[in-house]
Amino acid sequence: MTRIKILVDGVDYSDDVEPRTLLVHYLREQLGKTGTVVGCDTSNCGACTVLLDNSSVKSCTVLAVQANGHEVTTIEGLAIDGELHPMQQAFHENHALQCGFCTPGMVMQSIDLLHDNPSPTEQEVREGLEGNLCRCTGYQNIVKAVLAAAAAHRESAPGAVPSGGST
Amino acid sequence: MIPAAFDYTAPESVADAITALGSDSEEIKVLAGGQSLIPVLRLRLAAPTLLVDIGRIRELGGITDEGNTLVIGAMTTHAEMADSELVKEHASLLAKAVETVADPQVRHRGTLGGALVHADPAGDLLAPILALDAELVVAGADGERTVAAADFFEDMFTTTVGENEILTRIRIPKHTGWGSHYEKFTRVAQQWSIIAVGVTLKVDGGVISQAKVGLTNMSSTPIRASAVEQALVGQAPTADTASRAAAVAAEGTNPPTDTNGDANYRRHLAKVLTGRAVQAAVSG
Repeated sequence: MTRIKILVDGVDYSDDVEPRTLLVHYLREQLGKTGTVVGCDTSNCGACTVLLDNSSVKSCTVLAVQANGHEVTTIEGLAIDGELHPMQQAFHENHALQCGFCTPGMVMQSIDLLHDNPSPTEQEVREGLEGNLCRCTGYQNIVKAVLAAAAAHRESAPGAVPSGGST
Repeated sequence: MIPAAFDYTAPESVADAITALGSDSEEIKVLAGGQSLIPVLRLRLAAPTLLVDIGRIRELGGITDEGNTLVIGAMTTHAEMADSELVKEHASLLAKAVETVADPQVRHRGTLGGALVHADPAGDLLAPILALDAELVVAGADGERTVAAADFFEDMFTTTVGENEILTRIRIPKHTGWGSHYEKFTRVAQQWSIIAVGVTLKVDGGVISQAKVGLTNMSSTPIRASAVEQALVGQAPTADTASRAAAVAAEGTNPPTDTNGDANYRRHLAKVLTGRAVQAAVSG
């Protein structure tokens, strides 16, 4: 067992983990943060995407011990006092989901995407989400939601960069 | 899927990492960014007894300008290289190849050193490093040695880095003002290169004065397309030159046959993609 200290969604945790524990399993099984899902288990689908020090990662391809001393934001850390993060709101308004399984990863990667590029073109949104698969093939509304979130952000806070809710 | 159990250590210096590699654990693996190794562990294609995580060694990070040379720490991520003005200005072929690797999440974690030592023949950074005539600095118990990229890759998934050594940094001679292009062929957005062609060239007074071309997945290691380079140097940067150079792109290659295509198909692709890459490199 190795002792790790991690800030997850604004809360400090200190836990013993097996070195082989994947970050996604630590989040789900040890912290109960089941909002982050395991989609493919092969690093392809991106459903398990979280922010590690504000950069998106596939949490099935990071060991929990590698996150020791770092900060993680999951889908559960985005809403503040019941108010959705603007990206969640945009997904809601644009019906950017069908079965919803890819949604946690899509939302987290979309936040990372706008952090890097606050005014993406449609093509740039599609490329920025290339590591996230929607098996319902519901990409059209997802892309629409990300573009809507970018536009809403430009109107509400010109010049600022959106980030995770807890950070 | 869960990896088999292993012991874990995260040294904070290269010296401590080398000491850990010399321990008597049965099978030791170095963990860099983990974007290839962790999937392999999860599938239990490897089951090391000790993982040496070099991700906390500060001296392995950073991109620095050392006069005529750009020095990239082995633990520099793909995203850091893609964002680096130094890499874009002095090794633009590498900057362009990095953008084609996997997806944004993987690029946030994957490292240059990890990609090179993993030495997947379909990896996108190997051919550019070879084409840019980089030197690789490898540290071991007896100190450091420097290896030319041409001598670094020995076979599929095999490099000159020994069991008790780690790659510490990559030294790239500056290619300032060179045009470049990395032309990658895949069937879907997120896939390993079926093949790819990296071209960087210098145009002086209306003539291609120097040209370097590396091929991805056209052999068990990255290879230089020497015949293409010879066909380009001394010629005007025209469409005719590009097509004459492209015609010899498959010379000296030994491409694999797999479910993505057979060897002949890859030879055909090498010619088509080389033509495109040369044309694009001439214009930027």
